Amino acid sequence: MKSLGLFLRNPTGLAGSSLLLLVIVAALLAPVLFPGDPLDMATTPFIWPLQDPAFPLGSDSLGRDVLAGIVHGARVSVLIGFASTFVGVVIGTLVGACAGYFGGRLDDLLVRLMEVFQTFPPFLLIIVLVSIAEPSVATITAAIGIVSWPTVARLVRAEFRSLRERDFVLAARGLGYGAARIVFLEILPNAAAPIIVTTSVMVATAILNESALSFLGLGDPNLVSWGSMIGAGRDQLRTAWYLVALPGAALVITVLSLNLFGDGLNDALNPRARGR
Amino acid sequence: MARVLRTLRRTAWQAIPTVIAVVVIDFFLLRLAPGDAADALAAESGSATEETMAALRAHFGLDQPAFVQFLSYIGNLLHFSLGFSPLYNMPVSRLIGERLPGTLLLMATALSLALLIGISAGVVMSMFAGRLTDRVLSVIALLFYSVPGFWIGLMLIVLFSVRLGWLPSGGAETIGAGLTGWPWLLDRARHLILPAVSLALFFIAIYARLVRASMLEVRDQDYVRTATAKGLSRTAVTLRHMLWNALLPVTTVAGMHVGAILGGAVVVETVFSWPGLGRLAFEAVLKRDFSVLLGILLLSSLLVIAVNVLVDLLQAWLDPRIALR
Repeated sequence: MKSLGLFLRNPTGLAGSSLLLLVIVAALLAPVLFPGDPLDMATTPFIWPLQDPAFPLGSDSLGRDVLAGIVHGARVSVLIGFASTFVGVVIGTLVGACAGYFGGRLDDLLVRLMEVFQTFPPFLLIIVLVSIAEPSVATITAAIGIVSWPTVARLVRAEFRSLRERDFVLAARGLGYGAARIVFLEILPNAAAPIIVTTSVMVATAILNESALSFLGLGDPNLVSWGSMIGAGRDQLRTAWYLVALPGAALVITVLSLNLFGDGLNDALNPRARGR
Repeated sequence: MARVLRTLRRTAWQAIPTVIAVVVIDFFLLRLAPGDAADALAAESGSATEETMAALRAHFGLDQPAFVQFLSYIGNLLHFSLGFSPLYNMPVSRLIGERLPGTLLLMATALSLALLIGISAGVVMSMFAGRLTDRVLSVIALLFYSVPGFWIGLMLIVLFSVRLGWLPSGGAETIGAGLTGWPWLLDRARHLILPAVSLALFFIAIYARLVRASMLEVRDQDYVRTATAKGLSRTAVTLRHMLWNALLPVTTVAGMHVGAILGGAVVVETVFSWPGLGRLAFEAVLKRDFSVLLGILLLSSLLVIAVNVLVDLLQAWLDPRIALR
């Protein structure tokens, strides 16, 4: 609770969370605000922003409403960003907790596994996985999640190694608690702070990866996303650069809000960084 | 020197199982990919009977059991062969060899830019910690950290190529200009600026934030107070005493970033039509040529492993305490 108060008094965290809230609300309300498929033609092509009050952000080469595209695009970014981070955090926490808590041979093996995964350039591995499995929201989410787990695993392992010999863990062991109960109910809550801070950065990275993927044309072909809008607008870069600039601005604002949010959380949860 | 050699022996020894695991994963990903070289060739030629397909499979050894195929894959790798790309009609290793220098040039330029600007910005930020200069630079760093490389690349093209006409919008050199000597070098440099900057921004932000944090970490240590007490100027203390120690975490992180830079190069090379590995990877995806794609993945992993060994050596040289671990 003290941390929450600190977080709310932190201008960085507050700015980040308000922006983030705006993006999430836009993603949730997209079907209400802009009913109909944003990939359908809505008006004449190439209306520049601020020309037609009915289409404040203009239209693209196929007469599609740019504002509707951006609001609907928030859905894909938010969905894949959070879902793939969830996948990565669950796998990473399980692997890291096992490695850190049990140690020994198992630890050696799991650390090796993390090392192997970290030698693959993340974005290249995502491309390979998605193109083998055919692009869809589910496969993209899985691919980004698979690539991101070693970061969490390393962090969780380090936390568990430093916590497993503490008095409260020895006490729990003395009371005869099982390994699962000690790992999840005793140690994990005490290791939560750094995991939460990392999570916000992971969501930001996942959103950047999804946008790069759909920019290259490897996104879900049935959904509009900011990356695919930028990819489509690229062909008209010389004549209608707003088609690239506007979805990109939405992307930057979203990722920036997550990074501000993460910085704010870090200041609130990490007492060592306070006053700096 | 003996210390560095000991580290080399230990890290090289540890890298071997990693390399083996990477090769195994790479091979099984290749088998998971839909279609094989025979399918690709048949699709290319437009028509193929069952018999010709079977003959093609026998020719490439695709009708053998998985284990035999794995052994021949390993045998090929030991001869530095990454297989044959039917679509490009040349060995994958030659294809990669043609594109590797372009990517290495781009990566090295971007990384140098990022280290130079990032470390300087981090030092300035730590010297003015909490004051206006620090706050402004922190906001800029966070912005760089949040901007996707492909988007800033396109925006730079709009500004510097389309509007101002100062820099070329793509390619590695002016084709057919027949330049030599200094004009040729200048032409190459002009083509390199925009892609390198697009790729570097993210890493500038990381190094700036990292150096700022580790400078603040060492600021209160005894040896810094000693250096100040013996009358050294603030600049000398900052640069010669504090920065040297603050650089250690930067070497660790920079080694880890080689993979990330390679991944970033895929999109940046596509944006700038830069003839490198990243664009080759993208073309391979479009043509569904998995032998090329997995060759690039394997080579990138080996590059990352090699750089990590180098970073370990560098650290053993920078900090004598490390070899004792």
